[in-house]
Amino acid sequence: MKIVVCVKQVPDSAAAIVVEDGKVNWGDAPIVINPWDEYAVEAALQLTEKYGGDVVALSMGGDKAKEALKHALAMGCSEAILINDPELAEMDASGAAKVLAAGIQKVGDVEMAIFGKQAIDNDTGVTPAMTARVLGWPMISLISAVENIADGSIKAKRFMEEGNQIFESKLPAVASIVKDYSDPRYPSFMGIRKASRAEIPNLTAGDLGISKPENKVKWFGVDNPPVRDITNEKIEGETPEEIAANLVSKIMEEKVL
Amino acid sequence: MDFQLSEEHRMAQKMVRDFAAKEVIPVIQEWDSKQEMAPHFLPRMGELGIMGINIPVKYGGQGFDYITLGLVCEELEYADSSLRVVMSVHMGLNSMAVLQWGTEDQKQRFLVPQAKGEKVAAFGLTEPDAGSDVAAMTATAVKDGNEYILNGEKMWISLATKADHTLVVCRTDMNADKPTSGMTAFMVENARDGVTSGDIHGKLGVRAGSTGWVNMQDVRIPEENRIGEEGEGFKISMSCLDNGRYTVAAGATGLIKASLDASVKYAQERKTFGVQIAEHQLIQQKIAHMHRDHEMAQLLYLKAGWKKNLGERNTRETSLAKWFATEASFNAASEAVQIHGAYGYSDEYPVERFLRNSKGAVIYEGTNEIHQLVQAAYAFGWRKDRPLRKELPAFDPDVWQE
Ligand SMILES: Cc1cc2nc3c(=O)[nH]c(=O)nc-3n(C[C@H](O)[C@H](O)[C@H](O)COP(=O)(O)OP(=O)(O)OC[C@H]3O[C@@H](n4cnc5c(N)ncnc54)[C@H](O)[C@@H]3O)c2cc1C
Repeated sequence: MKIVVCVKQVPDSAAAIVVEDGKVNWGDAPIVINPWDEYAVEAALQLTEKYGGDVVALSMGGDKAKEALKHALAMGCSEAILINDPELAEMDASGAAKVLAAGIQKVGDVEMAIFGKQAIDNDTGVTPAMTARVLGWPMISLISAVENIADGSIKAKRFMEEGNQIFESKLPAVASIVKDYSDPRYPSFMGIRKASRAEIPNLTAGDLGISKPENKVKWFGVDNPPVRDITNEKIEGETPEEIAANLVSKIMEEKVL
Repeated sequence: MDFQLSEEHRMAQKMVRDFAAKEVIPVIQEWDSKQEMAPHFLPRMGELGIMGINIPVKYGGQGFDYITLGLVCEELEYADSSLRVVMSVHMGLNSMAVLQWGTEDQKQRFLVPQAKGEKVAAFGLTEPDAGSDVAAMTATAVKDGNEYILNGEKMWISLATKADHTLVVCRTDMNADKPTSGMTAFMVENARDGVTSGDIHGKLGVRAGSTGWVNMQDVRIPEENRIGEEGEGFKISMSCLDNGRYTVAAGATGLIKASLDASVKYAQERKTFGVQIAEHQLIQQKIAHMHRDHEMAQLLYLKAGWKKNLGERNTRETSLAKWFATEASFNAASEAVQIHGAYGYSDEYPVERFLRNSKGAVIYEGTNEIHQLVQAAYAFGWRKDRPLRKELPAFDPDVWQE
């Protein structure tokens, strides 16, 4: 079974992000593999460990995106491909989906394309579904476990707020993975060595036989969240009862209740 | 001159940092209070390959270089000194000695399982009445046919109760001209009859680690367990220290960083006199010192690691790195407590643990007084490194990864 796992390079989740002139500035934040995508890589590796096959990591982005791919290789993916073309910069999710779908088709004979549930930079969470649409494959989202893969179909569990849903789908399909699937493994030292030596091929729009998809969504600007003015005050008192009474009168005074 | 770490270095560093952040930092306070080593630490370090990081692949290791060993130690001690101590004794003082001095048979029997993390290794030099003055040791090994019979007590031994193999140094020749030329090194399997061990409780620091005594009473070991020649024990133990001290230096560098990070965070949370304490210049000065010391300590240990990679003798550089980094980490931890005020004095914050842990490293692997004597002796030209019968092999990626 051949699985493509799509990974994205994003600023570290602890990074302080600021908005300047309507544009997001990551500053010198460390760039890491999107944390949700680590779960996707883990799921893909576990599936090929169980059912056989290879995992190809696919990313779209500039040279920096190679780090996300190298992380995926160090975790155990057998191959990595980067779609790196300045022509394809600044795309919306539907554009990204078209490009990724072309990448998945270029790999060929893919039975599953696996994504993280969302990317922590834009947080739209729609790229997997849009990619499924472009490919014409079923979209199986928010997978927390795979029960079985046999005879060209997959039986899996979806994690939803209301509970779990067990379903079956035909393959090939696009899946997105949630945290409950399994903790992602650390890269192994052997994997690190392999990854650091790997030459990752760069594909352009031309190589994929596509032209730049037109953006459907326009970003007019991004704002910083409003600054919140917070003051802390410690409610004191001799006894717990007195502290509670002081707290209640403070709440009434501030008209919180 | 190139100050860049390779991609391989950076990825290995991040991998160990992630392991420490996920599996050590969240639980370390609890184990430190219990004065016990968390049962999962050693098995996890073994499974992940950390315990064989810089040993050639053909001997069960991961085939990385000596610089990676330093980076790993820095990341481990960022979380807790007890994890770096594992690398100091298991790798620096024991496994690397087998790599350097061991026969092919010894590498197969000891190094392979140690590098795979299947066996844990320790180092027994110190005795109740012999620390800095190694020559004062009294443990003996007497030849009896094809065996040696070992007697004596080793004290302050890290991983005393966790280790499967302990590299011990004993006296074999009571009539040697100099006591140091009558010592011999042996690999003792702790499961052998006559070996007993126990942990010391009530230590100031490294409480989540094991430090104890190893007693040997008529312990018979085969001649094949002798590391190096008879009479070579002192030289071997000093070469072990070149590697152990390197791990201590790198680890102390991580402890400075941990103190710095905790202090930077707290100084921007705590307010006094209407402003964040970060705005007080005296606090800024402490932060500046910590940052300076972190950079300097790192440069010193990386230089020693670079010399190791080249196969060059590094006793002087390693001693300097160990002296500087451990002293600086003690100061950094102390200032980190100061920045935290009374909160730093409680175990609500990790900085009191950093301070307690940092004190050990200015004592073990050569007290810092001894390192100053060593540095002065080099400066005066009184001390010169003579070639060893077997040098630590230079790092050669082709050989190490075959
Ligand atoms: C946590 C911990 C773990 C350890 N792990 C190990 C281990 O795994 N294996 C092992 O073999 N040992 C280990 N040790 C022992 C350690 O190496 C010794 O404690 C150290 O060598 C110092 O010896 P000592 O304690 O006997 O002090 P002493 O040698 O008695 O020194 C006492 C004081 O006198 C000073 N002093 C001694 N000689 C001189 C001199 N010539 N000039 C000036 N000052 C001098 C010292 O610097 C020190 O301040 C460990 C110790 C600790 C605390």
